[in-house]
Amino acid sequence: MKIANIFLGGLIMEKLVATDAVKRGMAQMQKGGVIMDVVNAEQARIAEAAGAVAVMALERVPSDIRAAGGVARMADPRIVEEVMNAVTIPVMAKARIGHIVEARVLEAMGVDYIDESEVLTPADEEFHLLKSSFTIPFVCGCRDLGEAARRIGEGASMLRTKGEPGTGNIVEAVRHMRKVQAQVRKLTLMNDDEIMTEAKILGAPYEILKQIKEAGKLPVVNFAAGGVATPADAALMMELGADGVFVGSGIFKSEDPEKFANAIVQATTYFTDYDLIGKLSKELGTAMKGIDISRLPQAERMQERGW
Amino acid sequence: MATIGVLGLQGAISEHVKQIEATGQKAVIVKQTDQLAELDGLILPGGESTTMRKLMDRYGFMEPILQFSKQGKPIFGTCAGMVLLAKKVSGSDTAHLQLIDIEVWRNAFGRQRESFEVNIDIKNLAQPFKAIFIRAPYGERASKDVEVLAYYEGKIVAARQKNILVSAFHPELTNDIRILEQFIDMVEETLKAGV
Repeated sequence: MKIANIFLGGLIMEKLVATDAVKRGMAQMQKGGVIMDVVNAEQARIAEAAGAVAVMALERVPSDIRAAGGVARMADPRIVEEVMNAVTIPVMAKARIGHIVEARVLEAMGVDYIDESEVLTPADEEFHLLKSSFTIPFVCGCRDLGEAARRIGEGASMLRTKGEPGTGNIVEAVRHMRKVQAQVRKLTLMNDDEIMTEAKILGAPYEILKQIKEAGKLPVVNFAAGGVATPADAALMMELGADGVFVGSGIFKSEDPEKFANAIVQATTYFTDYDLIGKLSKELGTAMKGIDISRLPQAERMQERGW
Repeated sequence: MATIGVLGLQGAISEHVKQIEATGQKAVIVKQTDQLAELDGLILPGGESTTMRKLMDRYGFMEPILQFSKQGKPIFGTCAGMVLLAKKVSGSDTAHLQLIDIEVWRNAFGRQRESFEVNIDIKNLAQPFKAIFIRAPYGERASKDVEVLAYYEGKIVAARQKNILVSAFHPELTNDIRILEQFIDMVEETLKAGV
């Protein structure tokens, strides 16, 4: 019986880890859900109880990173570990763009997903991580299809809009989601002989564009992130075709995080039930204070980080 | 043609819909309890079981799904769906629908780093099946009423009890519809029997 388990019909019954199916599949299981930024075990438990599909463990939420200034790095491993011990849902953590060692440390700790994130100060202003060389899957931000395809080419298993983190302003996430979708639509209508030039224009790997054209969609899920501050914002991003939502500063910077987290989970599932979203929004108190992007100096725009 | 619903609260919903359509059946995404009435079978998809349970409670899905099962209508749960259907969830006070008499362990093979794919033998399938395990559960201590359909490393990874079918892995992440076809057979039998 055991032998038949190893060889059957000439097929080797070999166990494979870190395949595309396993890495991308993990993100597919998160679809329709909300991934919440948390900075300690207590927040992680609130997020889990509210129905978060995963938590992102970090030292400061983006709005505090903005306020604090200086260099933002990978979270203290003690925080990540504390969060991993507190909840049974997946735990993600952020590494700086191009910081091979931060990413390897998070991999060694066994986090479930790594965000190579522009929210942290980049460690490399030219190169991103070769994500395909890791066992742990990665999520990366993108503003357009070129960026999306480059990250997929490097091995990202999940995408998200960059938006403008820590601003409570949804405008950039909307722009990035619409842009990627419009470019995918355009690509699917192209003739095969037009793809190479499109790859040149977008700065995108040709083979990835070919795959996207054939499938009519991205090969990985694309979540909304960077500026989601209300249940209506989350629903808007779902309406625009996001596969799910990351909420950073929005939850634990609101008046009643528990209620807010619950509301945003429901609004994401029932994103076309406007009566419900109205009802959910009614008793939430004040959302985080937002920032007008046009008043944000170029140097403070996190979305410009990444190449 | 049978109508198969996919519980549409969270998770790999569109993947199941695509597979159902590939078998030639009608797929419905279920977000409201009153939609259950039009279904011949129901799938609880892969996703996060804690999130799904939370939303099932809030939108009153528990009792209607139990009634659905009581009528003899088939239910198929993959991964999180298996956790939701199991009689007992190890290390937790909360079991969920308790419709199949096995004990499940959540994230039983480890975290994402330990997730894997492997070809396994499944009862009634002539060729091996590519099983994708993602932070997957496994089952143990099945009662004698449960027919175990597949083991991996000695643990239960697919099983059936009357109208309930479960798998710890994700057939919806492959193009292989053979397990879904077994579920459709279960649905068609109940339709023939006039359930």
